[in-house]
Amino acid sequence: MENPVLQVSGLTKSFGDVVSVNNVSFEIRRGEILGLLGANGAGKTTAINMLLGIVSPNSGTIKVFGKDLAESRIEILRRMNFCSTYTQLPGNLRVRQNLYVFGKLYRVPDLKNRIDEVLEMLEISHLRERVSGHLSAGESTRLNLCKSLLNHPELLLLDEPTASLDPDIADKVRKVVKKIRDEEGATILYTSHNMRDVEEVCDRVVFMHKGEVLFAGTSDEVLEHFKQDTLEDVFIQVARSGEIETQKGEVES
Amino acid sequence: MSLTTVGALVLRYLYLYTRTPIRMVELLFWPLVNLLVWGYLTVFLQKHTDDSFPFEITFLIGAVVLWEILFRAQQGVAIFFLEDVWSRNLLNIFAAPVTNADYLCSTYTVGLMRAGVTSVMLSIFALPLYSFNIFSLSWSLIPFVFNLLVFGWALGMISTSLIVRWGPAAESLAWAVPFLIQPFAAVFYPVSALPVALQWVAKALPCSYIFEGMRDGLTNGEVDMNGLLIATGLNFVYLALAGVLFVRVMNTAREKGLLTKFSSQ
Repeated sequence: MENPVLQVSGLTKSFGDVVSVNNVSFEIRRGEILGLLGANGAGKTTAINMLLGIVSPNSGTIKVFGKDLAESRIEILRRMNFCSTYTQLPGNLRVRQNLYVFGKLYRVPDLKNRIDEVLEMLEISHLRERVSGHLSAGESTRLNLCKSLLNHPELLLLDEPTASLDPDIADKVRKVVKKIRDEEGATILYTSHNMRDVEEVCDRVVFMHKGEVLFAGTSDEVLEHFKQDTLEDVFIQVARSGEIETQKGEVES
Repeated sequence: MSLTTVGALVLRYLYLYTRTPIRMVELLFWPLVNLLVWGYLTVFLQKHTDDSFPFEITFLIGAVVLWEILFRAQQGVAIFFLEDVWSRNLLNIFAAPVTNADYLCSTYTVGLMRAGVTSVMLSIFALPLYSFNIFSLSWSLIPFVFNLLVFGWALGMISTSLIVRWGPAAESLAWAVPFLIQPFAAVFYPVSALPVALQWVAKALPCSYIFEGMRDGLTNGEVDMNGLLIATGLNFVYLALAGVLFVRVMNTAREKGLLTKFSSQ
């Protein structure tokens, strides 16, 4: 059986007395899109930051491509990428310049053509020479996505990629995400508060609540488990309930 | 360390300056203002003081030129980091395959370029305005510039480490740190002008030997080699300590999630 692309095991992180991520375990297989869901403060972003090596865990292990992230961070980062609604590319640089710099950082071959490709994919080719700081929120998010696709990432972490997009562009972004999974075999970890995103894009979801994994499975399994009709209802139920019995430990893929 | 990565990080900085030429004001305007103030003070003192030191006093102009090398090298390192904070780009950089060595080397390169631009510009202006030729220091300019660059880099790393550790509220340290040491660095006056206790502080700073050497060089054409060697030795100690501090602070930043806080503020 093929090793998972990402294997998170017993991941725990606390900041002082606050436990942000508590004994979280999950894995993603090649070509899978996993939704990491939860209300604000559930620990999703902290988990992603640990997967990027920006935050170090108190305990637990992260294996990417079968290698320990703590030991092979740079080698792993070359093969993955991320896009977060909380980051921006330098606003003083042109779109092309930003992508060129990051393409060099990720050692992208045939970079100029690749820049054209990703701009085309996200339908912002016409913004190539625009100053990044002059882009609208939606255009800026798509530029971030372009950056995250530059190196044909085998593992892509998308932190609320459709947060600032109108429904039309959000739909296009979801199609791009599925396209790179289908055509390039990318493995994707996807966080979103938009449950429509999740239902449309994700193969499986992991629900987090107060730093712990509450439940993991396909959308249908989640609905059945929580006895709700939609993921949005599940989300609301989870967010508003302090009494939910958590299912800790290993989560099956 | 990867030259491609260092090149990409430096390129980003060059794009920034070519995109927004107003940033050159910082590199050219303020140093030029400094040169004019100290230059005309020198002219005034030369006209109104005893004939016994009409030439030596030009060391004030030399001090301005050499101080800018240290200051701009320090700024290159510290501002490089802050540019990413201000543009909320920090996570993109530190989530990219960039090692601490890549990052530091690119900040050194930018510091070198900044120091180069400013000092060359000041040297060119000082010649027609005040008949002051920094190149009269001859070969000793090489170790002077090298030592000031290295100390500037070390101070830059210390500034950046403090900013990472204490957050955006500590941004002003990027400008303050060089001026904290300036009174003891013997930039505009000799070490002997300081009280005895502070002379020990001055002797612990590599740049004080350089400024003393510059004054000796301009006055009698001789440079204290012993002082140069002490400065070089001290510089390696400072650079190593600053490097250790930077790596330790970055590790602390990863433990405490400090880098992510920069992105959310």
